[in-house]
Amino acid sequence: MLSVPHAPPLMHIPDGFLSVAVAVVMWLVSVIVVGYALRMVGKDLGERQVPEMGVLAAVIFAGQMLNFPVAGGTSGHLIGAALATILLGPWAAIIIMTCVVSVQALIFQDGGILALGANIFFMGVVATTVAYFVYRTVQRFSGNKSWGIFVGGFLAAWLSVVVTSIGVALALGVSGTSPFNIALPAMVGVHIVIGIGEGLITAGALAFLYATRRDLITSQDSKPVSRTVWVFGLALALGLALLSPLASSFPDGLEWVAEQSGFLERAMGAPYQLIPDYTFPGVNSPEAATILAGVVGTLLVGGVAFVIARARKGRATAN
Amino acid sequence: MHVHFLDPHRAGDSVIHRLDSRVKLALTLMFIVTVSLTPFGAWAAYILLLAIVLSVELLSELGIGYVVKRSVLATPFLLAALPLIFTVPGEVLVTAPFLSWNLTITAPGVERFLSIAVKSWISVQMAIVLAATTSFPELLWALRALHVPKLLVAVLGLMWRYIFVLADEALRLMRARSARSGASPQLGGKTGGSIAWRARVTGGMTGNLFVRGFDRGDRIYAAMRARGYDGEARAFAAPPLQIGHWMMLGGGLLVCLLILFIANLVAR
Repeated sequence: MLSVPHAPPLMHIPDGFLSVAVAVVMWLVSVIVVGYALRMVGKDLGERQVPEMGVLAAVIFAGQMLNFPVAGGTSGHLIGAALATILLGPWAAIIIMTCVVSVQALIFQDGGILALGANIFFMGVVATTVAYFVYRTVQRFSGNKSWGIFVGGFLAAWLSVVVTSIGVALALGVSGTSPFNIALPAMVGVHIVIGIGEGLITAGALAFLYATRRDLITSQDSKPVSRTVWVFGLALALGLALLSPLASSFPDGLEWVAEQSGFLERAMGAPYQLIPDYTFPGVNSPEAATILAGVVGTLLVGGVAFVIARARKGRATAN
Repeated sequence: MHVHFLDPHRAGDSVIHRLDSRVKLALTLMFIVTVSLTPFGAWAAYILLLAIVLSVELLSELGIGYVVKRSVLATPFLLAALPLIFTVPGEVLVTAPFLSWNLTITAPGVERFLSIAVKSWISVQMAIVLAATTSFPELLWALRALHVPKLLVAVLGLMWRYIFVLADEALRLMRARSARSGASPQLGGKTGGSIAWRARVTGGMTGNLFVRGFDRGDRIYAAMRARGYDGEARAFAAPPLQIGHWMMLGGGLLVCLLILFIANLVAR
């Protein structure tokens, strides 16, 4: 019980698992997004927010210690990105998750230091963005009724975990440290189950807050949704959807990397092969992976498009 | 019961402890990037890198045993790389029938898997040394010197200040739960209620932790305001790096480049 707080496995990428190219690109993206989030938070929240965000980052960190037994020695955990997003809004949630993931890497070696950019991107940016879209979408559907909070909270938490795992599998596949056609179905399969725990805890927490401190839940509802958020979410969803078939059409990401940077190819001495001449019992995995990724991507994009359409319509009728 | 022992910082007076935290952080980053840049199967380079890590562990007076024991905590992730031993094409070592398939273990697959394992292991050891020999305030100071945004460093600093307080609260919540719902003597045994009920209880605990966090945040803000806080986190200006520090950084860079050169030479 007194072990170092652990999020579900296969979420914090350690060092050595990402190629330097992937790690650097992830760092760049994270720096840009977190920098933007800092500006947004500084603009509309101000000085009051610094102590509050610090304490709430500590709350998320401590909340990850809370678990409940499921079966056979496994337990349900909380990552907390969805809960932070629902309670504090996306920008503050990005900063809080960035702090949590950074402390886990720097102090507890939960995730690597070079890989920290990727871990911030997945758990701080992807998870919060997905959670935000899903939660707001369900709320619009429910017409701001109370079931929208719990169902939205559950779905936001569950999907944020699942989509994050897709991203992690993609990053490993492109780095050549995990075969994409096996890693994606395995990672997604595991996290579809793990995500249920996250979803149940999130919904339970929202139910508790709904009964005791309703103001904390509804404080974010009145905030208008900025257009940049929608554009960013759309880009993220499209990017994931387009990346997965690209990556999965190469049974092994290394060939792709090797082609991109000649030195790796030379170092490995492996001739570039599009489809290596050997069989692996992966049950047509590239195709299956493509379809799976495509379905998820389409769902995401469809959801985003739906919300934008509704928002447009709402504005049109308001005018 | 307190969780202060969670803090991996080990106070000491070794060379590594006394090293300027900015230089230490920069050298650690340099080393980990170097490890990541070495190609798969460059065993000679891995031995050099491991030798460096082990000497740093000895210099830091932490002891190799302490670091190695902590470093195995990071191993579960290797599961993600394990399928590589089957999927990387190359010379077949073993063919094993498994259910209805024939699994072929290839030599390049095994080589790549072991390379990832060793690289990851070396990197995590250096990260452990950094965390064990540098106190968090020193680390924050180094982050600030490396131009991490002020607001982010301020939030990190406040987070660290309250992390143990809230971890204690989380532990108290868990103790209260096991006192009420009957902890199972065996690991993973049934401890009352359905899974959904247990999840709901855990959710309630999480919500509770959040309420306490919000309230505590408010009180801290009020206390800070009362003492003159105006939204600006102030810190002493970092003294400029001395020539010795620059030489250390330059020397580190040189060693890293040399190892990369050797690595690319030996990896065919």
